[in-house]
Amino acid sequence: MNDAKAPPLLVIDDVSQNYGRGSEKGSTVLDHVSLTLNAGEIVGLLGRSGCGKSSLLRIVSGLNRPSGGEVRYQGEKVTGPVDGVAMVFQSFALFPWLTVLANVELGLRAKGAPREEARKSALQAIDIIGLDGFENAYPKEISGGMRQRVGFARALVVSPSLLLMDEPFSALDVLTAETLRTDLLDLWVEGRMPIKSILMVTHNIEEAVLMCDRIIVLSSNPGRIAAEIGVSMQHPRNRLDPEFRQLVDRIYALMTRRAELATAGPGAFPGLGLGMALPTVSTNTLAGMIEEVAAEPYSGKADLPALAESLQLEIDDLFPVAETLQLLRFAELAEGDIRLTLAGKRFAELGVDQRKKLFGDHLLAYVPLAQRIRRVLDERPSHHAPATRFREELEDYMSEEYAETTLKSVTTWGRYGEIFAYDEASQSFSLENPQ
Amino acid sequence: MTLDRYALLSRSQVRLPNLWDVAAFVLVLGVFVLMSYGSRGMTTPLSAAQATGVSLDYQYLPYYGLRTTLRMFAAICVSLVFTFTYATLAAKSRRAEMALIPILDVLQSVPILGFLSFTVTFFLRLFPGSTLGAECAAIFVIFTSQAWNMAFSFYQSLRGVPRDLEEVAANFGLTPWQKFWQLETPFAMPGLIWNMMMSMSGGWFFVVASEAIAVGDVNIRLPGIGSYLALAIDERRIDCVAAAVVAVALIILAYDQLLFRPIVAFAEKFRVELTASQTPAESWVRDLFLRTRWLRRSMRPLTRLLSWVALLPMRLPPSRGPAGEPDPHRRALFDFVWYVILITAFCVSLGLTLDFLHRSIDAAEVRHVALLTFYTFLRVSALIALTTLIWVPIGVWIGLRPRVAEKVQPLAQFLAAFPANVLFPVAVIGILHFHLNPNIWLSVLIVFGTQWYIAFNVIAGANAFPNDLREAAQNFRVKGWDWWKSVILPAIFPYYVTGAITASGGSWNASIVAEYVKWGDDRVTAEGIGSYIAQATDVGDYPKIVLGVAAMSIVVILVNRLFWRRLSVFAETRLRLL
Repeated sequence: MNDAKAPPLLVIDDVSQNYGRGSEKGSTVLDHVSLTLNAGEIVGLLGRSGCGKSSLLRIVSGLNRPSGGEVRYQGEKVTGPVDGVAMVFQSFALFPWLTVLANVELGLRAKGAPREEARKSALQAIDIIGLDGFENAYPKEISGGMRQRVGFARALVVSPSLLLMDEPFSALDVLTAETLRTDLLDLWVEGRMPIKSILMVTHNIEEAVLMCDRIIVLSSNPGRIAAEIGVSMQHPRNRLDPEFRQLVDRIYALMTRRAELATAGPGAFPGLGLGMALPTVSTNTLAGMIEEVAAEPYSGKADLPALAESLQLEIDDLFPVAETLQLLRFAELAEGDIRLTLAGKRFAELGVDQRKKLFGDHLLAYVPLAQRIRRVLDERPSHHAPATRFREELEDYMSEEYAETTLKSVTTWGRYGEIFAYDEASQSFSLENPQ
Repeated sequence: MTLDRYALLSRSQVRLPNLWDVAAFVLVLGVFVLMSYGSRGMTTPLSAAQATGVSLDYQYLPYYGLRTTLRMFAAICVSLVFTFTYATLAAKSRRAEMALIPILDVLQSVPILGFLSFTVTFFLRLFPGSTLGAECAAIFVIFTSQAWNMAFSFYQSLRGVPRDLEEVAANFGLTPWQKFWQLETPFAMPGLIWNMMMSMSGGWFFVVASEAIAVGDVNIRLPGIGSYLALAIDERRIDCVAAAVVAVALIILAYDQLLFRPIVAFAEKFRVELTASQTPAESWVRDLFLRTRWLRRSMRPLTRLLSWVALLPMRLPPSRGPAGEPDPHRRALFDFVWYVILITAFCVSLGLTLDFLHRSIDAAEVRHVALLTFYTFLRVSALIALTTLIWVPIGVWIGLRPRVAEKVQPLAQFLAAFPANVLFPVAVIGILHFHLNPNIWLSVLIVFGTQWYIAFNVIAGANAFPNDLREAAQNFRVKGWDWWKSVILPAIFPYYVTGAITASGGSWNASIVAEYVKWGDDRVTAEGIGSYIAQATDVGDYPKIVLGVAAMSIVVILVNRLFWRRLSVFAETRLRLL
């Protein structure tokens, strides 16, 4: 193992992943991603939802196969689930009908380990991870933090060399997540786990900076490696350390840069014109964000990390909101800052009805899909149009799933801006408002 | 940690059996003795006197009850085997699914009693001269009343296993066999058990109808409650009918207490919800077993054996995985061949059926049957509507009062399980005595047994109505018709649809026995497709039976597709709370 010629633990070689009908067309989730993982490091895949980070993790674990490229684990090509790679899930994914002990034992027993041996190893893992006393509890009896500990114990018990973690802390509350992170880091630093390397997916920038030795920032749509950042700070790391803060700010800036480049164009979202995939953002959140930035202490210009902290939003929630505001020309994003435009400032001062009017105007002016729906409704004598018509049109540009979310978003925004009405029962747009 | 292990060891060091052991042991022993006693009679030659001779003496009733119980038990076991194979195949193989699921859907809608005559002749020929043939026929009828919805539920559960759990199974390299027992079956368990209970309560209706078999010149009475009842009807013994009613009630209660309560309480842990449920199911039998020492210990080798089998790394044919099949061209070719096979099978069976019917059925007969089907359709629709009008307000009233509901709900479920056909003779006596119009009054029998499904589902719906919505309605003073229309009816609608679908399907089946009822030599008939099938069965006129069953099946399928399924989709998408 100490042999210099030994292959790296994991090589992700030019991996691509497409979804959609047929192999030629369809949306690209991962676009030629290459990455090498060595023993002794924690590597974080950081990116927003839709950047394909979870897909990449599933390809590495052998659960999915890539459309192009390959993954090599210890020099061997991965074609299915591999011994020596264990995974921790965001949703814990425990079998509710098995006790804590039985859940932990399962992986060993499935491999045919003798009963006594499996029990011994399981009890050991339970002990390491701090679950003593809960052996006979069922998952529904214990708290979320304890459940995820079971998830860790279950992964550790099969003595993996590589541990994959799919947003393991994001379903937990802030305090529990922090305890679990620290405990895991302690075990890692003290070398009490059999693991050689950890690959974790996260959308939480601070979490990545706290835990990882290397952070891979993925851009969305399609997922590409946008940047690779080494973190050399010693564990345990201090969140208040200026170096820590600086790094967090730098990553924020990195992640807003693409949006900044796109300000001249139609927006930050993938695709152009009609084919722009829109995120699910409620109009209340949009209005709330404008108000927050307009008010003291920001007075129209806010630092995104600070804003995220004060609103208790993670980047997965924050970025879509900020970018929607940018698309609608209510705000501009630059170097990790958000700055309200004149329209944005005006919006903050208006009453309910005028806000809706302003929002509707901007929607028609800057979102091509909204324009299209309105024009079709105006042109038709009946002022009615089925939603399927637009959905099919969108599916020429994007996957069914994205088409669905995009249409849903534009429907919600259009209803708020009162530029058209939508009837759920008949699934059709119209110009008439219910009396 | 070592301390903890020590504690585990000492806890399992069990010395003496406790009192609970004695009680549970006697219980288990009793069940075994009864089973061997009851099953002895199953294989006697048909000619032997005690094989088919049924006596109206009360003292034989417990024995008959035992035989009936065993028949039910055998049927539910066969249903389970069927569920595990048929539904698994459909869920794992895309091609099998194409054929199996529509077939299952149709089988669900076919009136089982109509087929009694076919299965009886088939099984009698399979075991000539032995009661086993008739036993099998009876068990098969019960099986057909139980299996379909169990298989459906299992299939749906298998297709709906949460993705993350699937991924864990793949990540730990579970083989398909291991995955089936560790993940898929436990996940399907709550749905399967609920459907098993529903099947069981439906089955009582058919056990009563299937024990006394009279098809054409074949006349067999298998010892059991159903035969006892049939004989009581033939001999006009109302006291024996009453005794049979009591016996059936006791058996249903025993089944519920000894078998289903423990299973439901046990199945609680298979629910995939990560919060403990507020009202855990309880069962004194399960508690008794959990308190025993020796008995639990003696079961340990068995549970170990089972878990060992479940963890065997058996390689089964690969199921549909994320990878899919390698070669799209080969796949298309296989698909094509499969389609050809399916279409050929379809054409051959259609040809055979038409040929069979063509020999003795003319167009006039078909028109006659169509008219009769329409009559029964009217009857079933009108009565479902009527029971709806009666039970929805009552059910809502009960359901909104938790204390009342707590007491009434088990009763309604019990009544739904109770085979209403046991009480039909009483109706005949009434109709004959008061010279009533059978076309109207026999109709009531059709929903007599099935109305309870509507009742207890509505009660459950009203019971589950969220308190905050109730308070909001009160706060805004929503009253009268507005309250019904906007508050409670939408809330109970999904539950009502579930109950009404069961009730409607059951009513069609019931029409075969309800439109043609006997009391001694008196026969009361209502005009309809049910009595048409029943009369054809009496004389063994097979083409007419096929025609009648086909007509009824088509209407049932159409009603389900065009009416109930739409309502249920509407309820699912628009009216589901949360």
